[in-house]
Amino acid sequence: MSQMMYWEALRRAHDEELGNDPLVIVMGEDIGVAGGTYKATQGLYDKYGAERVIDTPISENGYTGLGIGASFVGVKPIIEIMSVNFAWLATDQIVNTAAKVRYMSGGQLTAPIVIRSPGGTAHQLGAQHSARMEKVFMGIAGLRVVTPSNPKQAYGLLKSAVRCADPVFINEHELMYNMKGEVPDEEFFHPLEGSEVVRQGRDITLFGYNISVHWCLQAAEVLSREHGIEAEVVDLYALSPLDREGIKASVARTHKAIIAEEAEAPVGVGAEVMAIFNEECFFELDAPPVRVSAANVPIPYNHKLEKAAIPSAKDVIAAALSLFPGKH
Amino acid sequence: MKVMPGFAQQGVAENDSELLSVTDKKRLLREMLYARRFEERCYEAYVERKIGGFLHLYSGEEACAHGVLEAARIGHDYVMTSYRDHIHAIKCGSDPRAVMAELFGKEGGTCKGRGGSMHIFDVAHRFMGGYALVGGPFPLAVGIAKGLKMKGGDEISICFLGDAANNQGTFHESLNMAKIWDLPVLYVCENNLYGIGTRIDRSTAVQDQYKRAAAYDIPAVQVDGQDVEVVYAAAKKAIEHVRSGNGPYFLELMTYRYRGHSMSDSNAYRSKDEESKWLKRDPIHILRNRLIDSRDLTLSEFKEMDKAIIEEIENEVIGFAEQSPEPRVEDLEKYVLAENDPYVHGGVN
Ligand SMILES: Cc1ncc(C[n+]2csc(CCOP(=O)(O)OP(=O)(O)O)c2C)c(N)n1
Ligand SMILES: [Mg+2]
Repeated sequence: MSQMMYWEALRRAHDEELGNDPLVIVMGEDIGVAGGTYKATQGLYDKYGAERVIDTPISENGYTGLGIGASFVGVKPIIEIMSVNFAWLATDQIVNTAAKVRYMSGGQLTAPIVIRSPGGTAHQLGAQHSARMEKVFMGIAGLRVVTPSNPKQAYGLLKSAVRCADPVFINEHELMYNMKGEVPDEEFFHPLEGSEVVRQGRDITLFGYNISVHWCLQAAEVLSREHGIEAEVVDLYALSPLDREGIKASVARTHKAIIAEEAEAPVGVGAEVMAIFNEECFFELDAPPVRVSAANVPIPYNHKLEKAAIPSAKDVIAAALSLFPGKH
Repeated sequence: MKVMPGFAQQGVAENDSELLSVTDKKRLLREMLYARRFEERCYEAYVERKIGGFLHLYSGEEACAHGVLEAARIGHDYVMTSYRDHIHAIKCGSDPRAVMAELFGKEGGTCKGRGGSMHIFDVAHRFMGGYALVGGPFPLAVGIAKGLKMKGGDEISICFLGDAANNQGTFHESLNMAKIWDLPVLYVCENNLYGIGTRIDRSTAVQDQYKRAAAYDIPAVQVDGQDVEVVYAAAKKAIEHVRSGNGPYFLELMTYRYRGHSMSDSNAYRSKDEESKWLKRDPIHILRNRLIDSRDLTLSEFKEMDKAIIEEIENEVIGFAEQSPEPRVEDLEKYVLAENDPYVHGGVN
């Protein structure tokens, strides 16, 4: 094990996969000569050359489609979209081609591409640079969606995504690239399905993914220390398909549940997890589960307003406490 | 209104007719006639409700796909197009019975009934698909070209699309990328002067589509798309250019569709006068008459051929499609994701 930052873990996975297979390519805006906005491809242009570490024009739908077309003839493209806000422009190729081509060709053709992109609200980037799109992509049949919450997952999920025959969307977060964590020294492939119990507890489950896993972990500490509530924290690193069994098993252990997401509530990850509670483990629940979500607004620029729009560990704590009357 | 922009008829010298042998021309005539009869039979099958959804027919435009693909290496080069795709697939080597079965939504179809008319795929013959989003294939075709260049073979990527598709952003994004990376892709614009019911001069600032390629410094020509020999000659040059590593090329073919845009289109926006002008330039008649004039064919031979084709389509193609089973409902969720992919569970080591 060694400690590394999230971006370093991504860079290592890119490097290993480029080294492993000459048909792996990386493409995106400023990822080559400039080394990538978040350094995920730093130094790889010099190592693998312009044919394989490709600085693209600012043509999101175009270069995503190019990557998909290349994947039709055996290339394994890792496509970086600089910010998820720009991935809206590529939804045509992602949704209409990558996700559907296996099905509509009756299994003849597949698009084994990886698309990585940071979403989320950073600091005062304004409404057009603060989107979260995981809810959009997780609703698309034929697409896998994963979202690493730490460097180990960032490394291992990218490794598996490159090797997997399906198109995979990797949802990262602008605020997490400098996060440190342990990554195994040996090569490692993280499962693209499932979920992980990252803290055990018997009283309530806090479900999170990507950045909200960290709010849940902070909340669990406070709940334990100040309120004597032992929370289990489950990391839903796979958003599509969601781990129905894992969700059900945890609720069966704790009988209370919170789902925390950074995005707005409507038609979101939380909504989907709530539906799973309902369908899979309704009678296990001792109290109605609660969603912790962003305000349903375009993200404001003003610092105070921005903070008010986005949930935090505090909101998770408050939501959890609401399920324990008498503990407030 | 300009019904037919002035042709920059390059590559059509008199002796170009020598490029194709009489045998080849007769085969091409048969193929184009087969295509026409195939499409017209689809029309009937649609009326009979054997075919559902959207159905876009290629009648009138046969010389485009046949001329270009005759100059390509079939089964070697990669081809894709829009939703008007049956004939491109067949010329690439797809079994017409499987294409018809696909239109019938049957398990014996090219895509096991999952695709339909707009989504014919036949990867074994390197027909890489029919796509229903206007402009969708532009970047896919550059991507195939990128892969081909990386792998170092001499295959090329050929992308057929309509005139109106050129108003999509993907046209510009893709031509730009094809040029900056010098990728082996041939764009074939089948300019039939309409995007559904909107005539080109009402939607498009520059009506001669080949001129638009100049913005990306891509060589381009415009030729008569109704004369298969002209198309063949132009395509041969274009393909030579692309195959020898000179980067992309843009070929504009002036053509006309006889039917409405799709089966739900009444065609009311076109004048009878315009239609009859184009009917006089029917691609099958042009080649037939030329072969009759050179005494390589008689009218009765042509009629015999036509009769045989109609029978073949009825007995073999429609017969096959009728008899092919429906997909099983139990298989509804097949082909969404890869089956048993080891990396889904964290791989093998
Ligand atoms: C992105 C998108 N927008 C609109 C449509 C609806 N549509 C289908 S075909 C078509 C016209 C396309 O014309 P053209 O590219 O000239 O091809 P043609 O049908 O004439 O062969 C339109 C608008 C579509 N399929 N995709
Ligand atoms: Mg058109």
